[in-house]
Amino acid sequence: MQEIRFHGRGGQGSVIGSEVLAQAFFIEGKFVQAFPAFGVERRGAPVTAFCRIDNQHINLRSQIYHPDHVVVLDASMLDNVNVIEGLKKNGSIVINSSRTPEFYKDFFGDDYRLFVIDAAAIAVSHRLGSAANPIVNTAILGAFSKATGLVGINAILQAIEAYVPVKKAQNQQAAQAAYNQVVKV
Amino acid sequence: MKKAIKGNHAISYGVKLSKVGVISAYPITPQTTIVEELSEMCASKDLDASFIKVESEHSAMAALIGAATTGVRTFTATSGNGLLLMHEVLHWTAGARLPIVMANVNRAVSGVWNIWAEQTDSLAQRDTGWIQIYCESSQELLDAVIMAYKLAEKVMLPVMIAYDAFFLSHTTEIVDIPDADLVDRFIPPYVPPVSLNFDEPRMFGGFFATDYFYEHRYTLQQATHEALRYYPEVCREFHGVFGRAYDLVETYQAEDAEVILVTAGAITSVSRIAIDKLRAKGEKVGIMKLRMFRPIPVDCWRDVLGKARKVVVIDRNMSVGLGGVFASEIRSALYASDNRPPIYSVIAGLGGRDVTPEDVEGILNHVLTHDKPSDEPLFWGLKQ
Repeated sequence: MQEIRFHGRGGQGSVIGSEVLAQAFFIEGKFVQAFPAFGVERRGAPVTAFCRIDNQHINLRSQIYHPDHVVVLDASMLDNVNVIEGLKKNGSIVINSSRTPEFYKDFFGDDYRLFVIDAAAIAVSHRLGSAANPIVNTAILGAFSKATGLVGINAILQAIEAYVPVKKAQNQQAAQAAYNQVVKV
Repeated sequence: MKKAIKGNHAISYGVKLSKVGVISAYPITPQTTIVEELSEMCASKDLDASFIKVESEHSAMAALIGAATTGVRTFTATSGNGLLLMHEVLHWTAGARLPIVMANVNRAVSGVWNIWAEQTDSLAQRDTGWIQIYCESSQELLDAVIMAYKLAEKVMLPVMIAYDAFFLSHTTEIVDIPDADLVDRFIPPYVPPVSLNFDEPRMFGGFFATDYFYEHRYTLQQATHEALRYYPEVCREFHGVFGRAYDLVETYQAEDAEVILVTAGAITSVSRIAIDKLRAKGEKVGIMKLRMFRPIPVDCWRDVLGKARKVVVIDRNMSVGLGGVFASEIRSALYASDNRPPIYSVIAGLGGRDVTPEDVEGILNHVLTHDKPSDEPLFWGLKQ
C-alpha cells in the first residue's frame, strides 16, 4: 500500500486534488481510497486530505499517520503545520513554492526525496484561480506524477478530463507543464 | 461497471437503479451530497422522480408518508439531529406499514456541535419499527439500497440504512455499479397491496381506540419476524443475480475464535486488520459484524457468539446512563442462551474520533489479558 497525504488551505483544491489522484490510480487499475480529514472547511484554514492505493481492497479507513508521500499545496503553512509528521524515511515531499530548492533542503533535511514546483505560477498562467488565490491542485498532480513515478501523466490527464468540472483543458495543460518543470533537489 | 465514488454517491446510484418515484429531503451534513446527486439526476431526467424540497426533516418524512400511501417508491436521507427531528413521524411510517427507504449517515447528536461519526442518532430510533441495516463499505451501501426495497415492499416495513459519517459517506472507493436491467428484474415496479387513489376510495391513518390499537402493535411485531424470515431469501436471490452476499450478520475468522469482537459500520474494516495481526501472533480472535440490528437476529447472534469464550463489543454510540447500546442488546439476547460468554463493553470513536487498527488491537489485548469485564464500559482512548 502507498499512502499520500495532501496539505493545503481551504479553497486551494486539496480535497479535489486527492480525489483526482485516486481517479488516476483507478484508471491504471489500482484499488483506491480518497477522503478529506473531515474538518469544518473554511477558506484559508489548513486542510488535510488523504489518498491510498493498493493492489487489493483497502480495509484501512483511519487517517494517514505515516505517509509514503506528502503533497504541499501552500508553502506558507510550513511554520504552522508539521507537514512531514510521520513521513517515512525516503518518502517524497512535493511542494508548491517559488523559493529555491536549496531552501527546502535546509528546512526538511536529508531524509526525504524533495521536489519543488512553482505550481502557483503555472496555475496563474493557465488562468486557474486568481493571482491571489491560484488553484494549484491539478498542476501539483502533474509534478507528483513525475516526482514519484507512481502514476502516469496520461492517467492524470484522463482523470482531470473525467473529474474536474471546469476548465478541463487549462487544468490538463497546467498538469503537463508541472510534469515537465518539476525539479528534484 | 466499476467506478471510484463516494459512499454517499453509492447510495444515490442505488436509489437511481431502484427507480424511486418520489424523493423528499432537507439538507444536513454529512448527508447532503446524497440528495445533491439525486437532485441533479432528477433535473437531468436520468432519474424520473419527483424531488420535493421541504423546510425540515419532519416534513421530508411526512411528505413521503403521503407519497408512499399513493403506492409510489420513495426515498429520503438524513443525519444526526435531522433524524431526531423526524422521530415522531418515524413511528407513523412503520405503524402505517409504508415501505419507505432512508439513508442515515450516522452523525453525533448535538450539543455541543459535532458533525462527525457516531451511531447514537440511529440507535435512538430503535423502538420506531424501522428495520435497521448497518454498512461497512460503499459497495455494501449501494447493494443495501436495492435489497432494502425488496425487503421493505415484501413485509411492508420501512428500512433505514445507517453508516458512518465521513469514514464512509465522504470516502471515495471502488464500487461495482450493477446493470440497470438486472436491478429491474430483482426489484420490479412496486405494487402496493392497497393505495390511495380515486378509483377505490379508502380511509388511511384511522383511529384505533382501546379496542384494536394493541392488536395493531402486535401485527407490527409479527411483521418484524417476517422480515427476519424473508431476509435470507432476499440475500440468496441477490447473491444469485449480483454475486455478492450479505447475511443478517457477517463473520470474519469467527469459526474457531475464542474472543469474538462485535462491530458495526466502518470500525469493522479497521478491525479486520487488527484481527489479521493478532491471528499472525497465534491469538484465536474473530469478528461478528452486525448488519441487521432491527429486528434483532437473535438466533444468529446466539449461534455465533455462543461458541466464544469472551465477547467484546465496540460501540461508537452511547446511551447515557447505560453505556454501549449494542453491548446492552447483545447481553439481553444471550441471557436466555445456554452459552453466555462474558461481554466486554467498549466505547470508542464517539464524535468521529479516529479508531485505528492499533486501537482495536489494544482493545483485544485488554480483553485477552483480563479474566472478567468491568461493570462500567471501557472508554478506549479517553484523554485524561
